[in-house]
Amino acid sequence: MLKNTDCIIEKTQGKTLTVILNGELDHHNAAKFRTKIDSLIQSKKPMTLVLDLAHIDFMDSSGLGLIMGRYQNVQGYGGKLIVRNPSEAILKICRLSGIGRFVKIETKQ
Amino acid sequence: MKQSITHGSLTNTIKLALPSLSVNEGIARSVISSFCICLGPTATDIADIKCAVSEAVTNCIVHAYKNSVGMIYITAEAFSDSVIKITIRDKGCGIADVKQARQPLFTTDAQNERSGLGFTVMESFMDRLSVRSVIGKGTTVIMHKKIGDAVG
Repeated sequence: MLKNTDCIIEKTQGKTLTVILNGELDHHNAAKFRTKIDSLIQSKKPMTLVLDLAHIDFMDSSGLGLIMGRYQNVQGYGGKLIVRNPSEAILKICRLSGIGRFVKIETKQ
Repeated sequence: MKQSITHGSLTNTIKLALPSLSVNEGIARSVISSFCICLGPTATDIADIKCAVSEAVTNCIVHAYKNSVGMIYITAEAFSDSVIKITIRDKGCGIADVKQARQPLFTTDAQNERSGLGFTVMESFMDRLSVRSVIGKGTTVIMHKKIGDAVG
């Protein structure tokens, strides 16, 4: 259960880093997510970065910018990025942007 | 006189004035989505409107008042034919070329990871979008959406 004050929780398994984001992914919050995730990428250099959005209540195009920025970051050293558990609304904006050409999107089964 | 695109009569309206602080993005979304409840929206309607409002308000904060703080004026109007009209106005720097700004992926702020999709989202998630701007005076974004279409 994520507390309201947690913005991310991270789990590492081998070369896969999973970051569970909490809250709203808008312009106001994007910088804080960016700083924390980039710090983890810097220290762990994961070959697979998973952004788990199950606890993200809202995302607009600022979130798309955040995802693409992290993709470019890991891709720089040959890593890949997966977006996991987007809500229907988040899936809609992902489809609009065509971001699926670059990052794998895994939905809840 | 501009031709109205709605045929219904005005049933409710609110006005909101917020300083261009990023913390107000979420407040604007909450207030406008709460207002829309009066028209019996689907969950998708609410999600679409929240996103479109967020994009427009973010544009005011990131671009209109880039190096300053100014006021953002939001008006929401509900009509009897289940149409909502949202006007978001600023008195910021204005857009030199609106047509260019509305192109998908065009942005003047790529270094801050702006996706350039704000207007594309507004255009896709709302039924109609109009953008009027004057350099040095400000920008007015007007969006319309018919609520509850999925219900029939």
